[in-house]
Amino acid sequence: MKLVVAIIKPFKLDEVRQALTAIGVHGMTVTEVKGYGRQKGHTEIYRGAEYVVNFLPKLRIEIAVASEIADRAVEVITSSARTGQIGDGKIFVTPIDHAKRIRTGETDSDAL
Amino acid sequence: MGVLSSRAAAKIAAATSVAATSALATPALAETSAINAADTAWMIVATALVLMMTIPGLALFYSGMVRKKNVLATMAQSLAAVATISILWVMFGYSLAFVGDGPWLGTLDRWFLAGMDMDSVNPAARTIPESLFMLYQMTFAIITVALVAGSVADRMRFSAYLLFSIGWFVFVYVPLAHWVWGGGFLASMGVLDFAGGLVVHLSAGIGGLVAAKVMGRRHGYGSENMSPFDLSLAVLGTGLLWVGWFGFNGGSALAANSRAVMAITATHLAACAGALTWGAIEWATRRKPSVLGMISGAVAGLGTITPASGFVAPWHGIVIGVVAGLVCFWACTWLKHRFDYDDSLDVFGVHGIGGMTGTLLAGVFAVNAIGGTAGLIEGHARQVLIQLYGVAVTLVWSGGVTYALLKIVGVLVPLRVSLQQELEGLDISQHGEALQ
Repeated sequence: MKLVVAIIKPFKLDEVRQALTAIGVHGMTVTEVKGYGRQKGHTEIYRGAEYVVNFLPKLRIEIAVASEIADRAVEVITSSARTGQIGDGKIFVTPIDHAKRIRTGETDSDAL
Repeated sequence: MGVLSSRAAAKIAAATSVAATSALATPALAETSAINAADTAWMIVATALVLMMTIPGLALFYSGMVRKKNVLATMAQSLAAVATISILWVMFGYSLAFVGDGPWLGTLDRWFLAGMDMDSVNPAARTIPESLFMLYQMTFAIITVALVAGSVADRMRFSAYLLFSIGWFVFVYVPLAHWVWGGGFLASMGVLDFAGGLVVHLSAGIGGLVAAKVMGRRHGYGSENMSPFDLSLAVLGTGLLWVGWFGFNGGSALAANSRAVMAITATHLAACAGALTWGAIEWATRRKPSVLGMISGAVAGLGTITPASGFVAPWHGIVIGVVAGLVCFWACTWLKHRFDYDDSLDVFGVHGIGGMTGTLLAGVFAVNAIGGTAGLIEGHARQVLIQLYGVAVTLVWSGGVTYALLKIVGVLVPLRVSLQQELEGLDISQHGEALQ
């Protein structure tokens, strides 16, 4: 089992969700985050005060998938989240030791 | 008319004329007949409009511009101003400001509104009940006190704020209101201040500046990102202030008449011109007109026209609004950086400088036919000097007393919150609450 974590641009959420549903991934967790990589922030000016804002709003998507489809999931996220502009985001894949469905008690692949 | 017999009609007519004659003969009733229903109705509305300027107008305007962790505390300052100043006004503030016309202070004849009844009128406003005049003036005292706090937003201890605002009300506002509006020495000199360029805006502005200097800068000022929590709150607040100002300046005519409408027209135009001017400057110098800039320009226009609104021609409002936009923009940017003070919400830059400018411009643009006094444009150049005198007195009195007051209050309780409390935020540290 793998935990696939993707940081994407917020407006791409729906596209990514639809693409993942199409390959059989039916659940995800989404958090609003801020971050930066190579994308520069912007400057805000309030009366006389100027602030350089480095952190940009992003979304963090987490999905737990069977190891066999992890690569496919990464591919699908990449193609649906890409715009070609700097700041598209990154995807990280880490192994999952255990998984459990709280309601039924199912474990590991049955919990995904 | 055909229903009554001619004899019955004659009897009724006779009875009515006798009643009318005796009514006129009785002094108390003669005084009551001076109270005008139209004026009273308008002034009740104006009173409500001005109270609305503080809550929620100023509360929203200010809170939208501070950081999230201080939003509730900033609103608390406006709420507290309403609650404390209202009661103090009724206790002795009104009396000392508006009853009796000694040069320095009024009397305590109306301590707790003693002697004020259904028929009383204040000589300053004979066509409305005295209680209404008192209530209307109360709303001015409230907003002036609430304004000062803007300079030291994000760092003043609530207990210190309460003590300071009570003292400021007693020792700055009440005397100044008496001097300018209550028949005191500035009024006798002919200083023109229609609705509070000196009494409200300049006094609050210089008080705020002194407080900002005495209390020092916010932690992280100049390096940390202190962007506004939610400018949409500030925009809503501006709307309430703008509309409320119709009561602030329009109501200062103390009557439902043309002068009130002239004042409102000048006021509205000044707000519009101020907003456009500030926006234009930003567009030209920074490539984008900001929303904060437009609302700041509007408020600058409103504050600046305030002392002049009942004395100038309505179209002068446009000129004064443009000047306000220019001068206040300069004050909030260049001046603030040049002298490096943390006037957090630009009370001095907008209200202080605006009030000062407007007071002087009143001396320039006053039209005799509108307000009974001629200004520079009608050949009475001396009026500008009289206005300057009023400005100087206000600066010295408000500035000096504010300084002394802060020092005294500072002995009783620390003016600032601790560094830890400032970092944590005033909402949590002063009030035990947080926006989620």
